[in-house]
Amino acid sequence: MDDKRVVIKTQGLTKKYKDLIAVNNLDLEIYEGEIFGLLGPNGAGKTTTILMLLGLTEPTGGFAQINGLDTIKETIRVKETVGYLPDHVGFYDDMTGRENLRFIGRLNGLEKNIEDRIDNLLERVKLTNVGDKKVGTYSRGMKQRLGIADTLMKDPKVIILDEPTLGLDPEGINDMLGLIVELARKDKRTVLISSHLLHQVQKICDRVGIFVGGELLAIGPIDTLGEKVFKDHDLTLELSVSPVDDKLISLIRSINDDVKIRTDESKIFVDSKEDIRKELTKVLCDNDYKLLFLKQSGRDLDDIYSQYFCAKEGVKK
Amino acid sequence: MKSKCLWVLYKKEMADHLKSRRFFIILMLVVITGFSAIYAAAYGISSAVEQENNSFVFLRLFTTSGSSIPSFVAFISFLGPLVGLSLGFDSINGEVNRGSLSRLLAQPIPRDTVINGKFLAGVSVITLMMLSMGLAIGGLGIIMIGIPPTSDEILRILAFLIFSIFYISLWLAISQLFSLLLRQTATSALACIAVWLFLSVFIGLLSGVIADVLYPADKVETVEAILRNSKTELMINRISPSTVYNEAVITMLNPGVRTLGFITQDQLVGAIPGTLPFFQSLLLTWPHLVSLIAATMICFAVSYVYFMKQEVRM
Repeated sequence: MDDKRVVIKTQGLTKKYKDLIAVNNLDLEIYEGEIFGLLGPNGAGKTTTILMLLGLTEPTGGFAQINGLDTIKETIRVKETVGYLPDHVGFYDDMTGRENLRFIGRLNGLEKNIEDRIDNLLERVKLTNVGDKKVGTYSRGMKQRLGIADTLMKDPKVIILDEPTLGLDPEGINDMLGLIVELARKDKRTVLISSHLLHQVQKICDRVGIFVGGELLAIGPIDTLGEKVFKDHDLTLELSVSPVDDKLISLIRSINDDVKIRTDESKIFVDSKEDIRKELTKVLCDNDYKLLFLKQSGRDLDDIYSQYFCAKEGVKK
Repeated sequence: MKSKCLWVLYKKEMADHLKSRRFFIILMLVVITGFSAIYAAAYGISSAVEQENNSFVFLRLFTTSGSSIPSFVAFISFLGPLVGLSLGFDSINGEVNRGSLSRLLAQPIPRDTVINGKFLAGVSVITLMMLSMGLAIGGLGIIMIGIPPTSDEILRILAFLIFSIFYISLWLAISQLFSLLLRQTATSALACIAVWLFLSVFIGLLSGVIADVLYPADKVETVEAILRNSKTELMINRISPSTVYNEAVITMLNPGVRTLGFITQDQLVGAIPGTLPFFQSLLLTWPHLVSLIAATMICFAVSYVYFMKQEVRM
C-alpha cells in the first residue's frame, strides 16, 4: 500500500460544535484508485468529515487535502476534481434529468461535447429513456442513479458518496454498488463511500474505516478489521463434540489454562485470549473425539456490527 | 470563470421566475389592479381636461384615484412588496429543503455566486416588470387622454419607475434574508407577510399612538408641541419603506409638491405657488432614494455574510 499515491489525506482533522465533538483528531489516508468505506452508525461524524473534505465546513483543527490541495484554501480547485453525491440528493423537480445535468455541466465550464457527455452518462446509469422527463416523476432509485451521472459530469478523479444506498430496494442497491465498482475499477477513480449499512457496502470496499463517535476505531482491509478493533476482547469458540465428558474438559484446559468453559445441552463455549483452534483440533483428533461443529467468534465483522452499530441504533430509538 | 458561473446561475433563476406559476399569479394581480387604476384615473382626467387647461396631466394618470379605485401609485406601494416577497421568500431554504443546495455548492463555483445570482435575477425580473408596465401605461395613457407626455413628464415617470424598482428590490432583499434565517419555506413566507402588513398598515396606526405618548399635544396646544408630535409621528412612519416610497413618488409625480413634512404658516409667507423643475424634485427625494438603496444593501449584506458562513448541511 505504501507505494500508492495518497489522494485524500487528513491530519488531526477536528470539528467541534458548541457542546459536542463531531470529528476528533482524524488521520486518514486514502490511496489512488481504491474504494474506501467510511462506516459508522448515524451521528458518528461521517457527513461532517465529508463536508470538511469538500471545504463546505471549516475544521476547528487540523487540515484535509485532496490531491495535495488544501480543501479550505483552494476549495474551488478541489471541487473541480471531486464529485460529491450528498445523501438525500435533490434535483430541480421541474427540470428534466437532461436539463439538470446540463446545468451542472455548464457550472463546471463545459460547453463543447456537453450533449454527448450527457447522453453517455444517461446511458451508463440506464436513464436514457427517461432523460427528457421531469425529475419530479423519478423514483428514488432513479434519482440516486441520476445523482451518480451528476457527479460524473465534471469527470472527477475523486468521488465522494454519502449514504449512496440509503432508501433503495435490493435491486437498486445492487445497481448502485455495481456502478460504484465500475467507477473505481474501470475508470480508475478514487471512491470514498460513507454508510451506516455496513453489510451492504463492505463487499465492494478495498479498505474500510470504522468511525464511531467522531473517532476512527480501526482502518484496513475488511477481513483484518475485527482483530484490530477487538484485540483486547476474548475470543469465543463455539464447538460441539461427541461424546461430551469430563475428560474433554480437562483436555481443553490442558491446551491453555486461561480459558473459561461453559456448556449447554449441545454446545461447548470456550472463552480464550488466543486462537486455540489448531491445538484443539489436534488434541480432539488424537483422543478419538468427533468434531461436529466449530465456530470462532468475537473478532469478526458481525461483532463490530452488533457492538457498535446495533447498540447505538438501539440507544437512539 | 466566475462571471460565467454567475451567468449560468442567473439564467436558470430567471427562467425559474418567469416560468413559475407563483410569479404569474402575482403579476396578474398587479397588472389587473394597476390597469384598472389607470383606467379609472384616465376616465376622470379626460373630462377634467376639457374644462381647465392644466399642466402635467399625464402625471396625474398615476396619482389620481378614480371614484372607488385607489391610484396606481397607491397600488404599487401596497402590492409591490408582494411581488418582491414572492420572488425571494424560498430562494435559499427552498433549495435546502429540496437537497439541491449541497449539490450546487459541491461544484467549482465561488459560494457567493449563488446568492448573487439569485438576487440579480430577482432584481431583473422586477425591472422587467416595472419597465414594461410603465411603457404599457404610457401607451394606454396617450390613447385615453389624447395628450402626449412632455420630456419633463417622461423624466419624472422614469424616476418613478426607478424608485419602484428599488422599493420592490428592498422587499426582495428582505424576503431573501428570511429565506436564509428560517428553515421552512412556509415560515419564511408568513414572516415576510407579517413584516409587510406591519410596515404597510399597522405602523401607521401605531405611530400616532406612540407620538401621543411621547409628546402629548392634546392638552397644551402650543405650536411647538403639535409640531413635535407630528414630526415624531412622521419619523416613526418613515421606518416603513412604504412611507418613504410614497413620499418620494408623490414628489416626483407631482411637481407642485415643494416640501416634505410640516411647515408653519409663517414659513409659507411670501412663497409663490408654482411647480418645481425635475432636478429640484429629484433633489428633494434624494434622501429617500439613498435610504431605499441603503436598506436594500444592508439586507443583502446581512444575508450575504450569513450565507457565506452558514454550514451547508443537507
